[in-house]
Amino acid sequence: MRNLKRQLLAGPYLLWMAGFILLPLIVILYYAFTTTGGNFTFLNVSSITFSVHFKALILSLKLALICTLICLVLSYPLAMILNNMKAKSQNFIVFIFILPMWMNFMLRILAWRMLLSNHGVINSLLDTIGLPRLDILNTPTAVVFCMVYDFLPFMILPIYNSMARISSDVIEAARDLGANSITIFFKVIVPLTLSGVLSGIIMVFVPALTSFAVSDLLGGGKVLLIGNVIEQAFMQEYNWNLGSGLSFVLMIFVIASMALMNSWGDENGAGVW
Amino acid sequence: MIRKSVERFYLILIFLFLYLPIGVLIVLSFNNSKSKVHWGGFTLKWYQKLFSNSAILEAFSTTIVISLASALIATILGVLAALGIDAMKKRGQAILLGATNIPLLNADIVTGISMMLLFVRFTRLGMSTVLIAHITFNIPYVILNVLPKLKQSSRTAYEAALDLGATPLYAFRKIVWPQILPGVLSGFLMAMTMSLDDFSVTYFTKGAGINTLSTMIYTEMRKGIRPEMYALSTLLFLIALGLLLFMNFGPSAQKQRQQ
Amino acid sequence: MKKTFRILLAILAVAGIFAGCGKKDSKNTLTILNYGKYMEPEVLELFEEETGIKVEYEEYITPENMYTKYKAGAIDYDLICTSDYMIEKLIKEEEVCEMDFSAIPLSEQLDQTYFDFSKSFDPENKYTLPYFFGTVGILYNRELVDESKVDSWDILWDETYSGKIIMADSVRDSFMVAQKRLGFSLNSTDEEELRAAQNLLIQQKPLVYSYLVDEAQDEMIAENAAMAVVYSGEAGLALEYNDKLAFSVPKEGSNMWIDSWFIPKRAKHIENAEKFLNFLCRKDIAMMNFDYVYYATPNTQVKDALDPELQENSTIFPPKETLDNCEVLKSLDDNATMKYNLYWKEIKSAD
Repeated sequence: MRNLKRQLLAGPYLLWMAGFILLPLIVILYYAFTTTGGNFTFLNVSSITFSVHFKALILSLKLALICTLICLVLSYPLAMILNNMKAKSQNFIVFIFILPMWMNFMLRILAWRMLLSNHGVINSLLDTIGLPRLDILNTPTAVVFCMVYDFLPFMILPIYNSMARISSDVIEAARDLGANSITIFFKVIVPLTLSGVLSGIIMVFVPALTSFAVSDLLGGGKVLLIGNVIEQAFMQEYNWNLGSGLSFVLMIFVIASMALMNSWGDENGAGVW
Repeated sequence: MIRKSVERFYLILIFLFLYLPIGVLIVLSFNNSKSKVHWGGFTLKWYQKLFSNSAILEAFSTTIVISLASALIATILGVLAALGIDAMKKRGQAILLGATNIPLLNADIVTGISMMLLFVRFTRLGMSTVLIAHITFNIPYVILNVLPKLKQSSRTAYEAALDLGATPLYAFRKIVWPQILPGVLSGFLMAMTMSLDDFSVTYFTKGAGINTLSTMIYTEMRKGIRPEMYALSTLLFLIALGLLLFMNFGPSAQKQRQQ
Repeated sequence: MKKTFRILLAILAVAGIFAGCGKKDSKNTLTILNYGKYMEPEVLELFEEETGIKVEYEEYITPENMYTKYKAGAIDYDLICTSDYMIEKLIKEEEVCEMDFSAIPLSEQLDQTYFDFSKSFDPENKYTLPYFFGTVGILYNRELVDESKVDSWDILWDETYSGKIIMADSVRDSFMVAQKRLGFSLNSTDEEELRAAQNLLIQQKPLVYSYLVDEAQDEMIAENAAMAVVYSGEAGLALEYNDKLAFSVPKEGSNMWIDSWFIPKRAKHIENAEKFLNFLCRKDIAMMNFDYVYYATPNTQVKDALDPELQENSTIFPPKETLDNCEVLKSLDDNATMKYNLYWKEIKSAD
């Protein structure tokens, strides 16, 4: 009886969820599968196969994958180094690597636009040294650059946390059993940090795949990602049905890739959550 | 020895990557020339301009209000929800947690658009719609922070207290609450951070004349960059630095560490 | 348990108050939708001070952007400023209120010529009040560009300037450039002509530094590009900041546009909107706005008060022969609009 009463505490949340999570999803589904006249159609969803939309999706996927990979390659060694540091300085140094995350997302984009512009700091520096210029502003490269910068802390943090959780006893036991550092790394550390890696991947991949602001501000209007296509359908073309249809596809895409990663993690003995 | 220096070099490299952009913004905020490269002498005029720019100040206060209010309401709803979910059977828990993950996993842009479509059907966009949207994506962070603490908390002590005649509320306050408090606090902070940093959801759900810092900087950037923005960056960076330092190394953090 | 329930109710009630406050119309406010960088911010502050009306000011980037924001119906705008062809479209859709000019006495100061211009989309001058007008042309850096060639749109396809060209990030403006270069009308809906224009723009894409609207001016002042397709006023202002810059309207012809204010059907504070329009026509206010945006103003009092030199400035006040060579954008039907949008997206996603 008491239990039932306690369960009721979740009531307001359930109502909230029904009203502001489920209902909006239903509305988006409604728009996705109807024409402007309100008739049923598959056209909005299937328009993902239009070459424009498909190209944008592929480009988004490509950039998101590259970004995730770079973040992973940069973060893993960093997390290891941080984890091996003396406890005293560790807290402070971890803190230093998290701090940029607290700067406003937009200001981080602004910073890169400043750095990369034709007469920006980087090019002026390269000019003075006599090195070739870095003309990457308004290209996909700049977009990836900024995404890495934006999302790197999201990768560092979960990996570092999962590493910090490994007890030194486990590693010592492995060493006592005759394992060398390389074996320990691959047989002990990597499997035990897999869950952290997976959540890091998700936390970087999803926003990178769906972002529209970065490509808008650093792509000079030349980099059309799926997020931009959706945003434009809503904000420029007044075509909510098309926008909803593409949003639906994007949603399915994200959920599918997550399920894929989850099952891969389960096989390897690590859940994402 | 070599390994040590390689490690140090790597740390410095990443450090530079993370801080160079911020450093440049800070230096430029004191630059007495509109140029992005040339140093025209030290000045505080961009700060002066910043503080006389009512649009920026308004966006700043909106951001603070929205993030505090949404984190607070989300924390209340989230803690209650966690308590309720904790009392449920395995099956119900799994379903609810699955649903809780939706806004976490869903792309921001889809969350924002779906809410906009809903709001447009039933009401008008304004400050309240932004608030509702922020609460919605904040609640899961609270639940996911509180629930593990609840699971760890000892049930026997709570039940013993009830057997000894304590009211449920009293037993909750004296026994459960202290144990989940760290989770509640970190949930609140995480919710606030997410709300502070959000762009996409706000962009789609805000009404006329309402801007958070993110959406305001976005519109400003699409009109061209003004040096006041550098000053704003510098100030925000310092605020973040101060807050994080206080949270990590302030008196309460010291006490926690001693425990 | 009861207590928690009461707390819950209180929270829901608070949420309810928040959710409800958007609906009231009794508030003394004015919701304005305008192009970016198109009004001196101080003007809004002055208006608030003088009248006590709270202004909710919102900006947009392209006319299509404006149309979507308005049609979404999520915000009840009281006053909107936009371009000719978009107003024409909205008038056709019966979204525009007739304007009561007797409530805007200062509108008399506006030059009748511009009301005549407006007749192309507002035949009886019932719906709109002209704000600024101008043309589209090439803003270029004299040190980087061969000046003998800027009299033609061709230069935007010249490979010597690869990576130094800024195009307009707005469907109709970009298509206009290609259409004029090919000698077509900028209101063409002919499939073949559109495809030809699209091909030309795709061909140009590798040379383009970026597609921008309001930022183009800054980029040119900072000399990050050699030339940009911009509106005349943008150019006028850029010239003031960097004297290496110059402006030209190509000989193939261009677009002459006029931006006007209108009161949309769903406006809730029409009286406030009229007060604001009257305020905008006041000499000192119109002067502040002119100094800020630098487009040709229809306000005769402002124009007469300017330096003779500025009055003669052909960048800001396009001469008659330029205007004669220009065409006005017309609104297109839904089918053609969709075609333009799709083709534009294809250009943007081309490699």
